[in-house]
Amino acid sequence: MDPADASIRAVDLSRSFGRHRAIEGVSFAVGRGEVVGFLGPNGAGKSTTVRILTGLLRASSGEAWVEGHSLAREPERVQQLLGYMPENNPLPEDLRVGEFLRYRAALKGLRRRREREQRVGELLVQCDLQRETERKRIGKLSKGYRQRVGLADALLAHPRVVLLDEPTLGLDPHQVLGFRRLVEGLRGSLTLVLSSHVLPEVERLCDRSVILNRGQVVAAGTPAELREQFAAGRTYHLRAEGSPAEIGDRLRRVDPTLRREEDPVEEGGRVHHLRFSSGAEPDLSPRFVEALEAAGAIRLHAIHREEASLEDIFLAATRPSWKERQRPGRAEDHPAGRGGDA
Amino acid sequence: MRRFFRVLAHEWRCLWLSPASYVAGVLFLLLLGLLYWAILRGFTLLPQEQTPATQFFRLFWIPVFFVVPLLTMRGFAEERRTGMLERTLTTTVRPVQLVLAKFGAVYGFYLLLWAATLLFPWIAVQGTSLEAGRRLLYDLPSLWGGLLFVAVSGLLFLSLGLFCSSLSRSQLVSAILSFTGLFLVIAGSRLLLEIPRVTPDVPGGFGGPVRYLQVFEHLLDFSAGIVDTRPFLFYLSGTVLFLFLTTVAVARRL
Repeated sequence: MDPADASIRAVDLSRSFGRHRAIEGVSFAVGRGEVVGFLGPNGAGKSTTVRILTGLLRASSGEAWVEGHSLAREPERVQQLLGYMPENNPLPEDLRVGEFLRYRAALKGLRRRREREQRVGELLVQCDLQRETERKRIGKLSKGYRQRVGLADALLAHPRVVLLDEPTLGLDPHQVLGFRRLVEGLRGSLTLVLSSHVLPEVERLCDRSVILNRGQVVAAGTPAELREQFAAGRTYHLRAEGSPAEIGDRLRRVDPTLRREEDPVEEGGRVHHLRFSSGAEPDLSPRFVEALEAAGAIRLHAIHREEASLEDIFLAATRPSWKERQRPGRAEDHPAGRGGDA
Repeated sequence: MRRFFRVLAHEWRCLWLSPASYVAGVLFLLLLGLLYWAILRGFTLLPQEQTPATQFFRLFWIPVFFVVPLLTMRGFAEERRTGMLERTLTTTVRPVQLVLAKFGAVYGFYLLLWAATLLFPWIAVQGTSLEAGRRLLYDLPSLWGGLLFVAVSGLLFLSLGLFCSSLSRSQLVSAILSFTGLFLVIAGSRLLLEIPRVTPDVPGGFGGPVRYLQVFEHLLDFSAGIVDTRPFLFYLSGTVLFLFLTTVAVARRL
């Protein structure tokens, strides 16, 4: 990505807490208007990276830019450009929703009263917090509404980049759906970074993902790029009547890279469920159908091609190598690596 | 500056929303009311050398030991525990502005509590028709001297309390730290005088500087209408030091 097009650019960010390296040599770029997911297991360094980008933590080394402004040299300017919703979304329990947002608007540089009222009004509507919710004490709100208040707060000062740290943690499915709709509504108008380990959430919302493991970026790209890198090929599921060995032979004539993933499962009569993995990228289903139809003794009931999910990619990307498993004092052995994100 | 006043107004409002403030206020006025009553009762039994106001302000340490920890323990400990501190510092508010705003709000509340004790002599005056009694109760030098001492020493005590609050995520731990710190400042300097080399009479000893730290002697001076600049310097320099340390703790221990 051309640095001029990058909304966020991080180069070789490292941060240590005592002897423990929370992140090391983290480099990535996020384009303008992109929705990017920050993925990683607990202790991978997601929150540390996000906190460095917000200016809450200083990097031990490396540099980052937000909208072309250096985090080290222009921290105030960067803070004006950023909206941030921290993990667990802390809010003052005793304040009312409207009151809290007006106070935060004043802190975020919306100087004139009319300007503050207008912006808060817009966000109350956008985040569905208007009418009686606006007058409720934050302590009385459900978790879903609290997340909306947190998002409204992050959006107050017209930020160009919004960082959401574990935004759907602890929400029920209805609340997740509501929150997802809100985030979908923001797509295109600003750059969004979601730090999460809820994979389906990231898969649904994000254009690209950056996967962190043990404080390092282990993968970055669009779902297609990540699939190609970590889970190349496809899996085919077949339900067919006939000899499994013959079905395999017929299919391998079409695609020599094909291999059976597990033993056939008999589903009654001569019907079997078979699973094959293929190294070939194009969809070969029509050619498999033709090949099996040409064989008189085989009757195909169903064929389905499955792509590797983000979960498969995540597991492949974050799988520790044999060498790392043998290394003493690795991140998961450190207290900060066990309890949660460092 | 505008941001500072915004945060100050917010902190002031939060103090009035916090149950701990009401607990502190009620206990403070109840306890001091009882002490004032006991002092007046003493006047009816025996002739006294000092005015009721001087005797009253000599007991300043009793409410200070519980009111200061109660008012300051929430300051940063609770915000750090919940993560609100982190959220506030992602805006353009600087740690020093936040520290000064919290300090300003809590100091205003503390002054308000002490100002409310002016009602005690007023109530007592309503119950007496003797001119001499009225003059004794309304002895202005000792009243204003005592209040000035409370106002100046409160700067140091509250800044110490806020500093303790910035060291921990637990309100209880910060209250205990604050209590211990106050004990050292108020009573510790007096205990130092018991050490032979520190006794004021020993030539070449440390008696002089230690005498300068005697909080109770400052009170007697103030109550007698003697306004010396040295106690001012002591309390103001201590306040600046603790506020600076609090700012460093807030900025670094995120």
